[in-house]
Amino acid sequence: MAALVPEVLTSTHVEKMNKKKPPKRYWEETENTDQRRPEEEQGTAVQNQNKSTVKERSLKRKNGESLEKKDPFSGEAPIPHKQLQKFQRGEKYKVPAGARQRLKEAIISSEAMSELAQKQAARYDLLLPEDAGFLEGDEDEDTNTISQDDIADAADITSGSKYFNLHLSQFGPYRLDYGRTGRHLLVGGKKGHVACIDWQSKDLMCEMNVMETVNDVKWLHTEAMFAVAQKRWLYIYDSKGLELHCVKKFNDVLRMQFLPYHFLLATASATGFLQYLDVSVGKEIAAICTKMGRLDVMSQNPHNAVIHLGHPNGTISLWSPNQKEPLVKILCHRGAVRSLTVDKTGTYMVTSGLDRKLKVYDIRAFKPLHSCFLPAGASCLSLSQRGLLSAATGDIVQVYQNVLGSSPVSKPYMAHRLQGQIWGLAYCPFEDVLGIGHGEGFTSMIVPGAGEPNFDALDTNPFRSSKQRQEWEVKALLEKVQPELIGLDPGQLSKVDQASFEQRHKEHVEALGFDPLAKDKFKPKTKKKGRSSAGAIEKRKRKVAHEDQRDKIRQTVQERTERDKEQKEKSNEKKNLGNKSTLDRFRK
Amino acid sequence: MAVESGDEDDLSINEQAISASEDEEGSDDERKHKKLLEAISSMGGRKRKKQSERSEASVQVSEFFVNAEGTGEKVNISDLLGTVEKTSGAANKTKKQLRNLQNSKGTLALPLNKQQTEKIQRGIAYEKTTKEVSCWQNIIVQNQKAEQIVFPLNQESLGPKQVEQVVAGWKAQTPLEQEIFRLLHSNSHPVNDPVLTPVEEASLKAMSLEEAKIRRAELQKTRALQSYYEAKAKREKNIKSKKYHKIQKKGKRKEFLKQFEEMVKTNPEGALEELKKMELSRMEERMSLKHQNSGKWAKSKAIMAKYDDSARKAMQEQLQMNKDLTQKIVVPSDDEHESNEEGLETVPDFVNDPEPIIDPVNPWMRVQLTHEEPEVSCVTTDEPQTAEQENEEEELIGEFERKRKLRQADEEDLIPTEEQSKRAGLKKILAQNEVVEEDVVEVSDKEEEEEEEDEEEEDVSEFNTLFRLMRNEKTLEGTNQTPQGLNTPEREDEEGLLNEGQIRVRNIEDLEILDEDTAVGEATSEPPNKKKSEIDLKKVLTKDAKVVKVPFLPTVVEEEDHGEQISIIKEAFAGDDVISDFIKDKRKQEAAGKPKVVDLTLPGWGEWGGVGLKPSRWKRKRFRIKMASSPPRQDRKLPDTIISENRNTSIASHQVSQLPFPFQNTAQFESCIRTPIGQTWNTQGVVKKMTKPKVITKLGAIIAPMVKEDFINKTTTSAGKGPAIMLGENKRANKGREWSSAKHQGRRGSQKRKKQQT
Repeated sequence: MAALVPEVLTSTHVEKMNKKKPPKRYWEETENTDQRRPEEEQGTAVQNQNKSTVKERSLKRKNGESLEKKDPFSGEAPIPHKQLQKFQRGEKYKVPAGARQRLKEAIISSEAMSELAQKQAARYDLLLPEDAGFLEGDEDEDTNTISQDDIADAADITSGSKYFNLHLSQFGPYRLDYGRTGRHLLVGGKKGHVACIDWQSKDLMCEMNVMETVNDVKWLHTEAMFAVAQKRWLYIYDSKGLELHCVKKFNDVLRMQFLPYHFLLATASATGFLQYLDVSVGKEIAAICTKMGRLDVMSQNPHNAVIHLGHPNGTISLWSPNQKEPLVKILCHRGAVRSLTVDKTGTYMVTSGLDRKLKVYDIRAFKPLHSCFLPAGASCLSLSQRGLLSAATGDIVQVYQNVLGSSPVSKPYMAHRLQGQIWGLAYCPFEDVLGIGHGEGFTSMIVPGAGEPNFDALDTNPFRSSKQRQEWEVKALLEKVQPELIGLDPGQLSKVDQASFEQRHKEHVEALGFDPLAKDKFKPKTKKKGRSSAGAIEKRKRKVAHEDQRDKIRQTVQERTERDKEQKEKSNEKKNLGNKSTLDRFRK
Repeated sequence: MAVESGDEDDLSINEQAISASEDEEGSDDERKHKKLLEAISSMGGRKRKKQSERSEASVQVSEFFVNAEGTGEKVNISDLLGTVEKTSGAANKTKKQLRNLQNSKGTLALPLNKQQTEKIQRGIAYEKTTKEVSCWQNIIVQNQKAEQIVFPLNQESLGPKQVEQVVAGWKAQTPLEQEIFRLLHSNSHPVNDPVLTPVEEASLKAMSLEEAKIRRAELQKTRALQSYYEAKAKREKNIKSKKYHKIQKKGKRKEFLKQFEEMVKTNPEGALEELKKMELSRMEERMSLKHQNSGKWAKSKAIMAKYDDSARKAMQEQLQMNKDLTQKIVVPSDDEHESNEEGLETVPDFVNDPEPIIDPVNPWMRVQLTHEEPEVSCVTTDEPQTAEQENEEEELIGEFERKRKLRQADEEDLIPTEEQSKRAGLKKILAQNEVVEEDVVEVSDKEEEEEEEDEEEEDVSEFNTLFRLMRNEKTLEGTNQTPQGLNTPEREDEEGLLNEGQIRVRNIEDLEILDEDTAVGEATSEPPNKKKSEIDLKKVLTKDAKVVKVPFLPTVVEEEDHGEQISIIKEAFAGDDVISDFIKDKRKQEAAGKPKVVDLTLPGWGEWGGVGLKPSRWKRKRFRIKMASSPPRQDRKLPDTIISENRNTSIASHQVSQLPFPFQNTAQFESCIRTPIGQTWNTQGVVKKMTKPKVITKLGAIIAPMVKEDFINKTTTSAGKGPAIMLGENKRANKGREWSSAKHQGRRGSQKRKKQQT
């Protein structure tokens, strides 16, 4: 009834032909016919003129069977399980037994829809054709001994030109920031030199000296504006170098982070304040006194827009603008935290401290995964889109591969020596490039496999025109995420507010006098022949009592046994590995 | 009762007769008097049956006492009833009916009053309208449930139509066409699919006479054979001798094995089927305890086995049977492999077996040269180690069996020595698959001795026995555990001395920081219910660090010794102990989160109060209210983390706090909204599908209210199984039917309307 569909035709001339096939009877041997088919196919393939097969074929043609061609790949193309899993959102919900019709329909339809979405997304994954680069050394050659010049020589001209140095020795160590699309670079020297460059064309957009100490520089949502944390106030300039704002509410800012989907500029100041500025309306959203002293280590979690701050007492605190106290506080180092960074998926956090350790944390569980000891601790850390970690140890930049796995690393993937202290490290998005700001200027270093090869042109398009940029800006502003939604769990919005739900439900129950959501009590059926005596009924009731509780217990018991089994296996493996003897080689 | 009613009937008859005669003869006093008398007599208690007398002459004289009174009159029901009562042959039913008729001769009932009639009418009207309205129910529910409705509802689809649809609209119009189609239909010619006429089909189906004869003969033959076979089976079944059946079974099994081997070579499919059967029997065996040692017979035999050799043998045979049956069968995987395997089969398996006369000390001599897994049957093994064990064990069993046979064949007169009995015991153990803790060394020693003893005997007959045993070995393969396998812990102990494993090198730092592994070990060793409210200092910052090799060392920092570094760091941070500070902080937070005890005691109330006096214990107990404990902290198992327990209230205003209608709990609702519908997360097609509007109206089109005919027609056409294309008269006939039905409905509808109006 719903959509108007042309009347379905039950049969056509063509279909009738198919139906001509005599029905298969159970007493007829099915195997013979099954066998015949592959034979036949082989015969056609090899052009075998075997008499019997020819006869069979002709026979079949007479029956009108061979006229139809079977589609060897009927139905939809299968999607690999792995790909499907990649796009899975939550667990599938089974329709509970005894659910009402409407509920059943609602659940079934929503499940079907989410399955469709998942399938389609997995199918469209095919449209991400680019692969990431990598660096491979010869036999017994460490990749970290390959110099940048060699790489630049070996690579094509465009890629080779991505390795370059800017000699800016006058205005001291540089901080840097790449725009979200990866085309624009902003560098700020400590002694006041600020410049923004379209680094791929080496086109200087603006350059100036603010005549003040520059603590940090940051692009805002587009390449049209950037923020500079100067000695006293926070300034906002446009890409021509024109001063747009001097935000006097933000003083002594040391580090800044820009949350692109919330349009929030988070600043950490020397006075211990963490402040949020909404750049779309120019309003201060929150000012939190952290009471943790000078805040000069800062990073954001791109997954949930939580700000991570590192403190001199070795702790790292996680902040949202909605709470005056840290969401989480983790003791990471025995000395002060020097630097920290969070990976794109918001799963891992890498920290380095004065105790010269580099630690990898799983910030979903807040558990340390592994830690390693760097000879001279890392002063700057940065994670690329594909999980390469760069660490600045003194005047050397080291790049590590597979840091985020479970096994600790033993040696770097790449290394590069620079002049002067390193002050800023940042990977360029969608490029295999690591930008390094140091005492002698800026260096762009090639790191194969750093950047994400496939970009979402609707979100961040490196090749967008100014018109596209304008349109994107409008769309992004319309889709702006409210700062209230920032929290540890970004999916919080899709959950029912349990506390107020319970409160409301309680009130509702009081008003009604009964609980509408309560499960119906088990009512034993009346049975005959004395089996419905009070005792029997009581017995039957007891059989189903605490069913949900029993389920839970059953589940936990099962889980426990599984865990035990796993542990046992693990220990067994260990034992087996550990007890290798010299006589083992005699074993077969 | 019956008699009484009969009397009354008589009376009534008389009365009627009287009244009739009155009219005829006018006033007659005598009669009146008689009537009166009769009436009086009838009032009396006793009722006599009176016979009516013939009072006057009449034309018709009945021999059955019937008077001629009232001749030519109409027959009354009462007349009939009277005769019915008397005749026994009349049906009970008719009797009853007649009686009812008579009883109901009273006056007509009063018409119902207005209210009641109206009530009844209303009821009927309600029923009718519900019937009428409820036929809309389906379509309405359907429309409510529909994901999308396009208005106006029955739009003609635009765009190209299918050929069949266009053709279906065509009618045979000219007389020639009509005639043609009439002809076609009259001869039951297929109009749609003109390949074969039914006659042709029928002729195709029919068989020739010879064929039929042959077929009949075949059937006869098979029937006869079947009956012979049945008779034979019955005869054999009646034989009661157990021995006979036993022998029969054995013979059958042997034959089957032979056949099977042949079948493997010639007809692999048949063999596969046989294998399936074997699998089935295996299942059955595994399910039952038929050939286990738990039966009554088996138990008795087990007792006997100690003294009686034959009993022991029988027992073993049974267990062997069980083993054979429960053996897992591996199906040969592919046709390609089959040819290979067949090739391999020409070389017997024992070629690769280790030679029986070997140096027991040399481990290399025991090794099979190249070991392939047997293709017919084997246990799928995960680890190569178990496979080895099985191999060895198989050897062992083979050895035993061989010896036993030799002994039986050659030296039956020998008295079983102590060793032999030992061996038998061992054999039993092996056969029964029992888990026995026995020393490997012992076993192997025994083995060696035996081997040395039997060397000479074996030399000659070994080959024959080997051949004979080949199949057994195949089937035996991989069923049992080795005694050596059982003794692995001991071996481990031995090997502990020659440990090659890694030695964990501990840093100085590690001394203070507990390794995670050891922590886990501790956790397992400690009783789990031990409370850990205290934060262990050693558990904070537990990850040990791995030193990373760097290609070139930084120039700024000089190389230092590891220990020195630590001491320097320690010096630098001697003042601030970060860990203890952190722990203090955490304790504080925990304490703040705990519910406080409310003290409502009033000192001096009901007892003496004053300085230095405390309220009594019972009072304190009574008036100090403990609040319910808060749920466990999220960070209770993370010693170096503090997770804030504050609820994020800012997001609450955006969240859903009331469950929408069909959902009964939050999990259901959350699962239903877990997939986002935005463009950012979905492909274009899915977004369109997810966000399509529920109702679409065509611009400018008139949306008429739904008519009953719309959906009723639809359902009938969809339900009807008629061919898609109907040409000529057929179609018209169908249409006519439809039309007539519609008309009928319309008429019915109008009738209803009329009724409602009235």
